Amino acid sequence: MPIMTMVQALNNALDVKLADDPSVLCFGEDVGVEGGVFRVTEHLQRKHGVKRVFDTPLAESSIIGACVGMSVLGLRPVAEMQFDGFVYPAMNQIITHISRYRYRTRGQRNMPVTIRFPYGGGVKALELHSESMEAMYAHIPGLKVVIPSTPYDAKGLMIAAIEDNDPVIFQEPKRLYRATKQEVPDGLYRIPIGKAKVEKEGKHMTIISWGAMMHVCRKALASLDQDNIDVELGDLRTIYPLDWETIVSSVQKTGRLLVVQEGPKSFGVAAELIALVNEKCFEYLEAPPMRLCGNDTIPPLPRSEDLYCPTPERVHFYARKLLDYAT
Amino acid sequence: MATEVKAKKGDRVSNGKPNGASLFESFHPLSGNKLEVLDPNGKVTHPEWLPDLSDDLLVEGYKMMRFARIADLKAVNLQRQGKLYTLPVNRGQEACAVGSAMAIRKSDWLVPAFREIGAYLWHGWPLSTLYKWYLGLEAGGVLPEGVNSLPTSVPITSQLPHAAGLGHAIKYKGLDAVVMAYVGDGGTSEGDFSEGLNWAAVFACPCVFFINNNHYAISVPRESQTRAETLAQKALGFGMPGIQVDGNDLLAVYRATKEAVDYARAGNGPVLIEAVTYRLGAHTTSDDPTKYRTTDEEKLWEPRDPLLRTKKYLFEKQVWSDEKEEELVQYCTAQVVRATEEVIHLGSNPIPELFENMYESLTNSLEEQKRDLEEFLRWQGKRG
Ligand SMILES: Cc1ncc(C[n+]2csc(CCOP(=O)(O)OP(=O)(O)O)c2C)c(N)n1
Ligand SMILES: [Mg+2]
Repeated sequence: MPIMTMVQALNNALDVKLADDPSVLCFGEDVGVEGGVFRVTEHLQRKHGVKRVFDTPLAESSIIGACVGMSVLGLRPVAEMQFDGFVYPAMNQIITHISRYRYRTRGQRNMPVTIRFPYGGGVKALELHSESMEAMYAHIPGLKVVIPSTPYDAKGLMIAAIEDNDPVIFQEPKRLYRATKQEVPDGLYRIPIGKAKVEKEGKHMTIISWGAMMHVCRKALASLDQDNIDVELGDLRTIYPLDWETIVSSVQKTGRLLVVQEGPKSFGVAAELIALVNEKCFEYLEAPPMRLCGNDTIPPLPRSEDLYCPTPERVHFYARKLLDYAT
Repeated sequence: MATEVKAKKGDRVSNGKPNGASLFESFHPLSGNKLEVLDPNGKVTHPEWLPDLSDDLLVEGYKMMRFARIADLKAVNLQRQGKLYTLPVNRGQEACAVGSAMAIRKSDWLVPAFREIGAYLWHGWPLSTLYKWYLGLEAGGVLPEGVNSLPTSVPITSQLPHAAGLGHAIKYKGLDAVVMAYVGDGGTSEGDFSEGLNWAAVFACPCVFFINNNHYAISVPRESQTRAETLAQKALGFGMPGIQVDGNDLLAVYRATKEAVDYARAGNGPVLIEAVTYRLGAHTTSDDPTKYRTTDEEKLWEPRDPLLRTKKYLFEKQVWSDEKEEELVQYCTAQVVRATEEVIHLGSNPIPELFENMYESLTNSLEEQKRDLEEFLRWQGKRG
């Protein structure tokens, strides 16, 4: 089986879907000739032609707005937004059309659109290149929100997202683009949207994360183990719709929950998860659920970035606090 | 059915002029010319620009203008009686809507803004569907099979990138279709105006962008939107032909739009049309125009009513009569009453419909919320 980075796995997913389905188009700024600033679409134009994979004008609202018209005529657009911080010019189209077209037309017209973009910090980038706003997208009714944390999942989720008849926000953890390699099968396979995954079983507490922070949590496992903290680690993979069963049954087992989130703490996905376990398994909780998150600040510029993002050491620190909680 | 659109972007004749662009040359946006065929008395002032339009089609166009007028007035009346919610008033702009829609085929795509009732109806929207929208029902966005139209777009100008995307898909799939998209004068200031037109131009999409310049965006006059002398001039910055027409002249609107549609269909790319018109009514049923315009100004436009002008022309051509007019009014009124009766009793959506259609299938959270609402309603029902 080929070994791939996440960038390669995503590239392969797009390649396979472009070959599989003539209604799939990939486009965005610098997507065609250059292959994307992170090379996720590298060689795809050469392989599939300029009609299938192309550069657009530098205008995000039209990139997403055009997806509406394309979808109405049966295409499956895969639009790249160059960076997390540059989706905002397209927010009007995402909120006022992409997310609500199916509802507004009573199911007559669906929007099988995939909006993919690199997200998150940790790569010492310019301002507005380190946003982690999945809670904002998940809060918009009508969107699905997907974030992979491994090359294998990235490919399977991307294929599922493209095939999904609803609009999917597909956030790619840019700092994991090349961080790890993994065996990734050739050809088509899918990771179902809406299914989380328990990556490691444990009995003292459940740690839930997603995307780039999964990697931070994985890195914390060794020191947690040395500290005799046996963690169950779960990867959400899909933010909306949330996989209630997997989260709740894990917390029922361990009685403790720590959520690790990169984005701002208040009103985030972590808050939603904590509300969920309070609603669904309050009586199983042995300690108040905790969340380790980014601050309610804009992500600091590179020099101070490490004080914002959760780190393996902070995961350990919070896990310790959660375990030491005494009623 | 689908035939390949052969011509490509940049497919021009040797003198550098776009194919078949004589009208666009004569009315180049910098020429200061505005296309007019009829004067307000229905007299032909520019026979050289008379469209090739059969008497039958001409009469059909007039009938649709009348139908649109009556349907619009009825909607306004129903709103005043508290039976419909806020709705836009169309009176005065019927030539823009009908004249432009007449230039496209049933297989072409309509991308409305919201003040083109004549275009909706001409292109096949049932009046009852429009009334459902005014009645606050999502069913107002559901079209009969085969009516190639997007639903009404509430955020101003956000529909233009959709038009570009439709045009893009038409080209990609090799379909023989053109996109007819509308926007208001105020809407030309929105970013999506630039983004939509630019995309369509860059990819030579078969799109016609039609500006209803009715002089106001709610209360804000056209002069406060842009320092450009005309809105048609904006075409130049996108590298597409632009033309200004008298929007109260059905023949001029049809002539310009037909030319634009043919141009787009031939693969030359998009065209921008600015139709200069005036809304004789309020912006919507919640608007009071006396706040921002004078009755003198309104009086100036009353005699330029597009229906008067077209009717006079039809009489002149001896294809119309008072009897036919009376018959038409009766027919339209009956249709309008029928559409009203069809919708006016409709209540709120059934509960499943409130939750379904957000996604292809119900998500866990929606399923739970639906159950919660049903549980509450059962509890409420039992309490009586
Ligand atoms: C993005 C957005 N901003 C504001 C509004 C509120 N609004 C509705 S109609 C309108 C004026 C539109 O003017 P124009 O484009 O000239 O069209 P007209 O109403 O004259 O037909 C405004 C400001 C809106 N619907 N969408
Ligand atoms: Mg206006």
